Amino acid sequence: MSFFTDANLARAREIVARYPSPKSAILPLAHLAQDQHGWLSPEAMEQIAELTGVTPAQVFGTCSFYTMFKLRPCGRLVVSVCTNVSCLVTGGPEILDHLERRYALDPDVTVEEVECIAACGGAPAMQVNYEFHERLTPELAEDVVDAYKRGALAPRTVSGARAGGAA
Amino acid sequence: MKPVGMCRMCLVEVEGVRGFPPACTTPVTDGMVVRTRTDAVEKIQEGVLEFLLINHPLDCPVCDRGGECPLQDQTLAFGPGESRFVEEKRHYEKPIPLSNMILLDRERCIQCARCTRFAEEIAGDPLIDFVSRGDRTQVLNFAEQPFESYFSGNTVQICPVGALLARHYRFKARPWDLATAETSCTTCSVHCRGAVQSSSNRIVRLLGVDLDPVNHGWLCDKGRYGIDWVHADDRVREPHLRVGGELREVSWPEALDAAAGEIRKVLRMHGPGAIAVLGGARGTNEDAYAWARLAKGVIGTDHVDCQMGDGLPAEVVLGVRRAEIDDCDRAGAIVVLGPDPREEVPVLFLRLRRAAKDLGVPLFDCTPVGGSLAPYAAHVARRVPGEPVGADVVELAARTARERGGPLVVVAGRPSVAEAPDATVRSIAAFGALDGVDVRVLSALRRGNVHGALEMGLAPGFLPGRVTLDAGREWFTQRWGGVPAGRGLDADGILRAAAEGRVHVLVLLGADPLLDHPDALLARRALEGVPFVVAVDAFRSESAARADVFLPCTVWGEQNGTVTNLEGRVQRVARRVAPEGTAMDDWRIASELAYRLGADFDLATVDEVTDEIAAVAPAALGATAALVRRARDGVVLPLREHLGEIVVRTRGLSILAEEGAGTSWDPIRAGGAAPAGAPAASGEPAPRTRRRRPVPARTRRRPRTRSSTRTPRASAPPTRPRCTSGTVRQAGPPRPRVTRTLCAS
Ligand code: SF4
Ligand code: SF4
Ligand code: FES
Repeated sequence: MSFFTDANLARAREIVARYPSPKSAILPLAHLAQDQHGWLSPEAMEQIAELTGVTPAQVFGTCSFYTMFKLRPCGRLVVSVCTNVSCLVTGGPEILDHLERRYALDPDVTVEEVECIAACGGAPAMQVNYEFHERLTPELAEDVVDAYKRGALAPRTVSGARAGGAA
Repeated sequence: MKPVGMCRMCLVEVEGVRGFPPACTTPVTDGMVVRTRTDAVEKIQEGVLEFLLINHPLDCPVCDRGGECPLQDQTLAFGPGESRFVEEKRHYEKPIPLSNMILLDRERCIQCARCTRFAEEIAGDPLIDFVSRGDRTQVLNFAEQPFESYFSGNTVQICPVGALLARHYRFKARPWDLATAETSCTTCSVHCRGAVQSSSNRIVRLLGVDLDPVNHGWLCDKGRYGIDWVHADDRVREPHLRVGGELREVSWPEALDAAAGEIRKVLRMHGPGAIAVLGGARGTNEDAYAWARLAKGVIGTDHVDCQMGDGLPAEVVLGVRRAEIDDCDRAGAIVVLGPDPREEVPVLFLRLRRAAKDLGVPLFDCTPVGGSLAPYAAHVARRVPGEPVGADVVELAARTARERGGPLVVVAGRPSVAEAPDATVRSIAAFGALDGVDVRVLSALRRGNVHGALEMGLAPGFLPGRVTLDAGREWFTQRWGGVPAGRGLDADGILRAAAEGRVHVLVLLGADPLLDHPDALLARRALEGVPFVVAVDAFRSESAARADVFLPCTVWGEQNGTVTNLEGRVQRVARRVAPEGTAMDDWRIASELAYRLGADFDLATVDEVTDEIAAVAPAALGATAALVRRARDGVVLPLREHLGEIVVRTRGLSILAEEGAGTSWDPIRAGGAAPAGAPAASGEPAPRTRRRRPVPARTRRRPRTRSSTRTPRASAPPTRPRCTSGTVRQAGPPRPRVTRTLCAS
């Protein structure tokens, strides 16, 4: 059974063909799989392994290095709140705490704590599916997430690609 | 494995180079000045160790590795002695299973990547990899795919800490309590070198030992972990005799008398042809030799076969020009006819994979169904089961070998027992018929010491030392007092004769035809048709349970002696534990029976058997116990062709056997002939150039063991017969005589 949809499988083959060594395609295929499925499931990694000629353990090893690959199911909105120095002193932890409580039971939203996302100038900052939002307060942050939930803001994919864009 | 500079313990100072490069990944250059013990370097080593120890738990007292741990040793030698790290160490569940056999304690792992590199580079099945990153970095297998590699045990051996653990060995012993003996694994016919370790008279572990020409230090899991059976509860520990339809425990003299009595009776009433011997491939060469001498020299039957209808004809195995495993590395081409080496002779697979993948030797995968080597094969030429290799493939392989130079190595065994050996034999013949190519065969028969047993004459039509019955008749009659009149039956024939009631005593030397013979029905009828079965075995196998006399024998780990691997390399196996119960060595059982049949072998120790073999078996001439004991890499038979390659062990180091090195050997001076290695032989072209120099012939000293009066080295014996592959005494490269004959047919 193929994990990839027919269209994505064709696309995956195309991506593999771009590289002199098929295993170079592991990361783009992982993005593709995560975009299709919302997270990187064992089935996805197995098929990536098959397409790139390595073992699933190697795909797992590679993908687990990057925190942007979700190895467990997550919401369609991944909210990454920075708590590194600039954000720490400007209220990042409060935002994190607020969002974690607010969306604890919301299957659509996964809140995570991250290190500096290079938006210190606009601290405190967060990303929703890797789209930046700066100068936040707990309330503002909640409004932003809700706007995505309502569809007032169009989210990127969980891998951070623009919706409909290339992997 | 390639160096990767993971642990950073080898940072050194190099003159003119900024910083401190790791020695392991820095190639040596001309005039380079390296300092390994300056103040700065020492400070760095202390620092590195402090970091390595930050997350390393202090559970050495309950760690399998405690006492033999490179990290402990490094800490003692180069460590800071004290840690400034007062925070909480990393914690993980201890230990988690990576497979049924291998456990991982992630807290102890120092991320050296030895295990992952082994899995990828050497075994070619990277089922484990580093996962996550930073201080969370850990070795893991993938979800539902366990670390089920045939070679996983090697990672436990090379893990520098107690992170990877073997379920078999965990908490079994403290390293300093272990008694160790160097030996060879005889689970299959590769005979990887190993160190068998015991504690309280129980074998607890087998470690790989680096034997350059054979296993490079690796073992497969079936060899490494297939050791528990030695002490299994169902070992038969005492002799048994069938009394009133039931096997009853009896004393040795009773059992031996019963067996000898029946053999004598049958001999008198039906002649030697009514007695047959099956098996013998699982013991030592000494066992095989003693049984061959008993069967052929004393009883006079040639119905003897150590294979079970699942191998190749003895003529082929003994007759072809043999390859060494090292030949694969420098081969012009390698052809694999079958079986799948990873299944049957696993460490040979590692060597073949290395040759094909890392050394660029073109490999022709000609197995009927393919398997583990296919990904590394330059050419995949599936042959139809039962059909020989196509002429086009033979031609292509020959052309490749000619163009590249180097021998053409043919790995030949039975791809499956469902297939008759003919296809394999015909394929070998096709290669043997080639001109202008140095064709050498690695016979991939799988049974532990089948090559030793064949060499010792446990096959119809053969006598010890690769000589046929006819060629060796005079020589062995002189030494043994007699040999069978004519060629006997092989395993198939023996079983058929037994089924027809023509075999009156069947001796099973660790053979279990009911389970092992491809034709189970025939085996059943055979065992039903034999009135008297003598089982020499360690277990009451299905066939042995049918025995009238059961003689329990010692097994690997309980036995000293020599074994011969698929190259013809003779190595010593060592006794590490006392035998279970009153089990006796097979060779001793044979000589006890012989004595009861009126022949005194006069063999008291296993070394005397080895020396007798070295004195009478043409292909083994000169391979005395003393020589084999000292030869670092074992000795490859026929010794005559490999004079220059013997490396002698001195204080655990291998050194060249040079004049004055205090070692010497002198191949048997039989028949009044000049000692092998005398001037006639020194003109012989060395089989191949090697880093080891041949011993100058004239400087060799006489062995001390030569004057044994027991060896049946009668005065003025008949000329020694030629062993099947070439000659022993005469100079000149061996010719694949049998192969040629086969081609002609
Ligand atoms: S498990 Fe052992 S061999 Fe593997 S990386 Fe860790 S310390 Fe090294
Ligand atoms: S390859 Fe054969 S001899 Fe080597 S360890 Fe495995 S079973 Fe033993
Ligand atoms: S510290 Fe938060 S974005 Fe840099």
